[in-house]
Amino acid sequence: MYYHQPSRDLVIPGPAGCALMALALLAWCILFLKAEDQTSILVYMTSGSLLILIAALSDLHKSISSTIIANEKAWDYCMVLTMLFLILIFNDDHYTLFLLGTIMVYATAVLGLNVQLGYTGVINFSAASFFGIGSYAAAMLTSAGLPSLLALLLGGVFAALSGCLLLLPVLRTSGHYAALVTMAFALLFKVFLEVSEWFGGPQGIPVAPLTLFGLDFGADFTLGGMEASFYVKYDLACLALLCLSFAFVRRLERSWFGLSMDAVRCDETASACFGIDIARWKIAAFTIGNLLSGLAGALYAMMLSYISPANFAFADSLLFLSILLLGGMGNIWGVILATGFVVVIPEKFQVIQEYRYLIYAALVLFMILYRPMGLLPRKTRSYGGLP
Amino acid sequence: MELFLQFCINGLMLGMMYALVAVGFTLFFGVLDVIVFSHGDTVMVGSFAGLSMYWWLNAVYPGLSPEWTVLWIFFAAVAAVVAMGTLAARFMIMPLRKAPPLNTLLATMMLGTVLREAIRLFFPDGSNPKPFPRLLPDWAWQNGNLILRFDNILLFSMGALVIILVYLLIARTRLGMAIRAVAQDEEAARLMGVNFTLIVMTTFAVGSAVAAFAGVMNGLYYNEINFSLGLLLGAIGFSAAVIGGLGNIYGAILGGFIFAFLQTLGAVVLPFASAYKDVFAFGSVITLMAIRPTGLIAEPSSQRV
Repeated sequence: MYYHQPSRDLVIPGPAGCALMALALLAWCILFLKAEDQTSILVYMTSGSLLILIAALSDLHKSISSTIIANEKAWDYCMVLTMLFLILIFNDDHYTLFLLGTIMVYATAVLGLNVQLGYTGVINFSAASFFGIGSYAAAMLTSAGLPSLLALLLGGVFAALSGCLLLLPVLRTSGHYAALVTMAFALLFKVFLEVSEWFGGPQGIPVAPLTLFGLDFGADFTLGGMEASFYVKYDLACLALLCLSFAFVRRLERSWFGLSMDAVRCDETASACFGIDIARWKIAAFTIGNLLSGLAGALYAMMLSYISPANFAFADSLLFLSILLLGGMGNIWGVILATGFVVVIPEKFQVIQEYRYLIYAALVLFMILYRPMGLLPRKTRSYGGLP
Repeated sequence: MELFLQFCINGLMLGMMYALVAVGFTLFFGVLDVIVFSHGDTVMVGSFAGLSMYWWLNAVYPGLSPEWTVLWIFFAAVAAVVAMGTLAARFMIMPLRKAPPLNTLLATMMLGTVLREAIRLFFPDGSNPKPFPRLLPDWAWQNGNLILRFDNILLFSMGALVIILVYLLIARTRLGMAIRAVAQDEEAARLMGVNFTLIVMTTFAVGSAVAAFAGVMNGLYYNEINFSLGLLLGAIGFSAAVIGGLGNIYGAILGGFIFAFLQTLGAVVLPFASAYKDVFAFGSVITLMAIRPTGLIAEPSSQRV
C-alpha cells in the first residue's frame, strides 16, 4: 500500500507566487547589473548567495520548486517577462545588453550540449567548435550575399552536417575513446582556422549584422523618444532563439524521444535488449545538439560582428561543459542559471576577471568531488498520477 | 634524400617525446581505469620546475658546470612532479574511482586547467614564453644539408633508456608484478596482499617522473617553454596512447612514433601548407579511431551484464 503523505511544505498560491518570485529575481538582477563599484557588487552578491543558502537549508526551496512545478506555464511567462523587462530597463546600456545577449546565446548552445550529454550521454568535447562552425558559416554566407536569416539557419545546418563527419568514430567508440575523437576535433578545428587564409587566419573575419525584413540590427534606434542601443534588437532575437530552443528541448525531453535517450544514457546494453536502436538515438542527439550550437553560434557572430579563432578554443568547449555540469546535467533551468553565473560574475567582478578560468576549473573540480549532480539536480521523471 | 633523413631524425625526436608522455597515460589507465588528462600539464609543470631550479642554481652557485646543472634540473623537475602526481592521485583521482568516467575525465581536465592557469598567473611573467637554457654541448656532425646534433642523440638515447627502465620495472620486478596485478584485477590483488593504495600511488609516481623527464627534455630540445604547451602535448600523448591501445606499454610507444610520423608526413606531403600538419595528424587520428575503435593493439574487452 502506498500512503501519500500530505505535503507539509508551504505552497505559495499559484501564479501569484511565480509572479512574486520573478519580481524578486528581477529586482535583484537590476540592482546587481546596475551596480558599478566593486563593494556594492560584492554586497549584492553576498546577499544573493545568503538568500539562496537560506532557501537551500530551510524548507523554502521545496515550496519554491513545488510552486514552479505546479504552475509551469505561469513561471515560463514570468521568466520571459523578466528578461523583457531587463532588456527594456537597460535599453541604452550597450555593455549590459551585450552581457544579456551572451548569456542567452551561450544558454542555447549549452541546451544543445545538454541534449547530447545530459540526455543521451554522447560525450562531446568540441561544443565550442560546432558553435564556431555556425559563426564562421554565418560570416562566410552573409559576405557571399545571402540574406542573413537564411545564413543564420544555414549556420545551424552546417554545424549539424559537420557533426556528421564525426558520427562514425563517435558511434563506434565509447568512453575515453569517444572523448578523444571530439577532443581531437576541437584542436583540429582551432588549428585549421588559424592556418587557413580563406577563413581569415588568426585575425578572424568581420560578420555582417543581422537584417530581418529590411530592419537593420546593427543600428541604434529611438524608443519612445529615447535613444536605444542596437543590442536591444539582438537581445530580442536571442530571447526568441532561446525560447524556441528551450521549448523544443523540453518537449523533446518529455516525449518518447527523451525517454529513449534517457534509456540509452543509463544502460546501453539493457536498452538494446528492449529494442531501442542505440545508434539512431545517438545520431539524433548529436545532430540536434550541434544544430542548436550552430544556430547559437551564428547569432552570436552577428551580434559580435567580428569573430576570430580565439573565440572557439578548446577552453571554451570546457567552459560549456562546466556550465552544464554546474547547472546540473539534464536540468534546463539549471543550464540557464549556471550560464548567468558563469558569464556575468567575472564580467562584473573585475578583480577576478584575470583569474576566471582558474576559478571555474577549481569550482568545477570541487563540484565533481563533492556535489556531482550540480547546483540544481535533474528531477526523476514523474508520470503524473501521484501529486 | 638528405631532407628525408633530416625529417626522419626530427620525427624520431618528436616520437620519443610523445612516447614518454603516452607511457604515463597508459600506466594510469592500467591501474585505475581512468584517463588523467592533466598529464600533459604535468609535463609542463615539470619543465617549469626545471627552469626554476636553473634560476636558483644560477643565483646561488653561479659557476656550476653544465653537467651538474642538467642533473639538478632533472632532479628538481622529477621531485616536484612526483610529489604533485602522487598527491593528486591520492586526494583527487582515487576518490573519483567509482564516479562515472565522464566526471573523472572532466575533473582531470579541470585539474589540468588549474595547473595551466596557476603557472600563467603566478609564475613570474608566466604568460610569455620562457627561454630554456641551452646546457648540452652543441657538437654537430654536418654533411651537406644533413645536420646530426649530439644533444639530440643524447636526449633520444636518454628517453629510450627511461622507457626501457620503466618497461623493466613493470615486467621484471616484484613491484611491477604488483602493478600488473592491480591492473588486472583490483580485488584479487588485494586478496593476495597487495597494498592497493600504495601501488596506485607508486604507479602515479613512476608516470609523473617520466612526464617530468619529458618536460625537461622538451625544454632542452626546443630551448623555449610556455604555459600552454601541456594542452597540446597532453592531447598528443593521449592520442598516441589511444592509437596504440590503452593499457599497453608497447602500444603507447608505437602510438607516439605513429603520431610523430603523421605530423612529419603532414609537413612533407603538404609542402604548400605545412601549417596543416596538426590538422592532418588529428584528422588521421579521428580516421584511425573510426577504423579501429579501441586502438591498434586492442585491449581485450567484454561486457558483463
